[in-house]
Amino acid sequence: MSKLRKLTDKIKPTFSKGGKLSFLHSTFEAFESFLFVPDSVTRKGVHVRDSVDLKRVMTVVMIALVPSLLFGIYNIGYQYNLASNSGMEFWEMIWFGFLKIIPLYLVSYIVGLGIEFASAQIRGHEVNEGYLVTGMIIPLIVPVTTPLWMLTLAVAFAVIIGKEIFGGTGMNIWNPALVARVFLFFAYPSHMSGDKVWVAGVDGFSGATPLAQTSDGLSSLHYSVSDMFFGFIPGSVGETSTLAIILGAAFLIYTGIGSWKIMLSTVFGGLVMGFIANIAAPSADCAMAIPAWYHLIMGGFAFGAVFMATDPVTSAQTEYGKWIYGFLIGTFTVIIRLFNPGYPEGMMLAILLMNTFAPVIDHIVVGRNIKRRLKRAKTV
Amino acid sequence: MSEQIRLKKGLDLPVKGAALRKISMTVVPDVVALKPTDFRNLTPKMLVKEGDVVKTGTPVFADKKNPDILFTSPVSGTIDAIIRGEKRKLLEVRIKSDNSGAAVKFNVPAGVFLDRASVIKALLESGLWPCIKQRPYAIIADPSLTPKSIFISAMATAPLAAELEYVLKEEFNAIQAGIMALGKLTEGGVHLSIDANKSAPTFLNKFEGVVYHNFKGPHPAGNVGVQINHISPISKGEIVWTVDIFLVAAIGKLFLNGVYDMSRTIAVAGPAVVNPSYVKCCAGVSMEQISDLFNFAHGDIRIISGDLLSGKVVGREGFLGFYDSLVTVLPEGNYHELFGWVKPFRLKKFSFSRTYFSWMLPYKQYNMDTNTNGGERAFVLSDVYGKVLPMDIYPVYLFKAILAGDIEKMENLGIYEIIEEDVALCEFVCPSKIEIQSIVSEGIELMIKEMS
Repeated sequence: MSKLRKLTDKIKPTFSKGGKLSFLHSTFEAFESFLFVPDSVTRKGVHVRDSVDLKRVMTVVMIALVPSLLFGIYNIGYQYNLASNSGMEFWEMIWFGFLKIIPLYLVSYIVGLGIEFASAQIRGHEVNEGYLVTGMIIPLIVPVTTPLWMLTLAVAFAVIIGKEIFGGTGMNIWNPALVARVFLFFAYPSHMSGDKVWVAGVDGFSGATPLAQTSDGLSSLHYSVSDMFFGFIPGSVGETSTLAIILGAAFLIYTGIGSWKIMLSTVFGGLVMGFIANIAAPSADCAMAIPAWYHLIMGGFAFGAVFMATDPVTSAQTEYGKWIYGFLIGTFTVIIRLFNPGYPEGMMLAILLMNTFAPVIDHIVVGRNIKRRLKRAKTV
Repeated sequence: MSEQIRLKKGLDLPVKGAALRKISMTVVPDVVALKPTDFRNLTPKMLVKEGDVVKTGTPVFADKKNPDILFTSPVSGTIDAIIRGEKRKLLEVRIKSDNSGAAVKFNVPAGVFLDRASVIKALLESGLWPCIKQRPYAIIADPSLTPKSIFISAMATAPLAAELEYVLKEEFNAIQAGIMALGKLTEGGVHLSIDANKSAPTFLNKFEGVVYHNFKGPHPAGNVGVQINHISPISKGEIVWTVDIFLVAAIGKLFLNGVYDMSRTIAVAGPAVVNPSYVKCCAGVSMEQISDLFNFAHGDIRIISGDLLSGKVVGREGFLGFYDSLVTVLPEGNYHELFGWVKPFRLKKFSFSRTYFSWMLPYKQYNMDTNTNGGERAFVLSDVYGKVLPMDIYPVYLFKAILAGDIEKMENLGIYEIIEEDVALCEFVCPSKIEIQSIVSEGIELMIKEMS
């Protein structure tokens, strides 16, 4: 430890103000604070500080994502094995999935962090930890077959347009990972939806997701409920296993980092809309007749509700607002899924829509507080 | 007895070094200081010069905007030094005590002669008027105004705060006399909040002439601002006054004995105190005189007049603040910790969040230091602040309104109802390490400037 510290102290002047490489100040600071908790002390205000910092918070979210990631890696191999009939062993499937996912992560982190560091450098800020989570989420919400150049563009778009032009983490309006996803979705629609993109390594294989199948009704669905719950279905890397996502959700709720109110109300909103559709369904075998709770285990519903809707920056920030925000995400997801012929999946658009309206929800909730205060002042 | 007001939000900081119930030292004052910086928005006008001889109660400086408000010497002796900072701002007036006991004798009204005008006159002349703080903003009260009511907190919840039952045990009559005098200043009554957590019988609920309120809950339930918010929140255009309970005792002593008596028992506590205990001294006592209690073995230490959430750093050469009854001493946290944030356990670190395990060890106490435990970032987690602020206020929205300098929004979101100490816990738990109390200070300064 002390050797590493000595080395850091030795090279520090080079990067500090007046040093040769002072233009890399933010970069150096980022690496130093990655290695060591800074020796900075409180100056004014409180004299002691909670041990939690954003690095710790982001680490918690990353840990919560691990089950989905691990299952996703396995599922890549599993789906390939299923499609190609190559008779792979368990570890072979893992290895196959691992090799497929690594390039996605390399692109996500190198491009994303590169831009983050550069913009922190330009602004003279410290590098914010937010991208550690965004960069982990992006490969999990795209099809594994996404070409790397597309991913590069999407990540760059997400970080620059989705975040940095607003002022960086904490200032953005939309969830940056979803901005990457939506960029791919609208810029390269043929690569992002349809049957052909979900299974890696097998050309022209039709690996339709449950959502695509159920657009014609329940009888076209070829996956069992348990497959959909455990995740043995085609889909974006991290979204398939509801079980893995529930593990992550439990960890987020336990640590208090993810809002259980948003998760619960999103699920509730999806169920309510699903039931309404069930009641209104014109026939027993059409998309509207799919049991409401199927929506929770198909597509990106669970992943979105747990990891994306709860983004503390872009979600509603008042406690009442969270209930409304989550409920509307769930409702809109199912509406888009059922009543929109173009997009089988609705989670992404529903979250982005509610990200946009979250400040309005908060404005109304805070407005009630203001009205209470004004009323009190009037009665005096 | 009124009903119990139960507050759930908040946090009692589990910091080591609470003072034990014993007097370890009785300080005979040597050099004491009167600090204009203890009072918000005060422009002082000096009334003495270096070398002048003063008695206890002799005016030392006055408020330039309202010269009736006097600040008087807590000891008898000579003016030792007048310390000025940048732009000749007056920082400290140091008085060398001769311990002769020479004191100005004030003519105080008693019995039927105790009326509003005479009480105000006595408080102004004696230098005890600054004990009365005015909300909004916690500035020195304006004697020309009549407050809606007066609030006193007899509940100490701040970390390591002096135990009121202990430090005030001989002050019952003085506090009672102080309450009677304060009662003349308002039509709305004197409201005294006591701690319903304490089951043991206490003399604090035996005063007459007050409206009692029972509070229960963790810090900041003992903050008078939080209590006002639940008893009768401050609306635009209203003013209320607040007095710290041990200063009520000082006011009482004026009306009982006719002297300015700022002697008090303070707690000296914190992880870097050898023998956390109580000290008998007076306002403005020098830290040097109680430095035997500090533990220098920790390396760099920080000496704070007040509590570790909102107190002021005074250093070893500093002096106790006018409103303070606690000295907190902490080790400085100026060290690097390898991979600190990523270590899974870090059992020696406390966190309000559940990202560490400290919440599983509710009775453990921690050697807290001044390390920020991370770098400053933008607001990211916006729901943590509400968990430690038991008031009908949306903290992040208020802070952002202050940052934007939007007066109307600040008004609408409750700037009149808070001061720094009320949001100190928000600052403590903030994972983005934002200096929230400084933001609130700026907001209050802006309001004072714009609304005057």
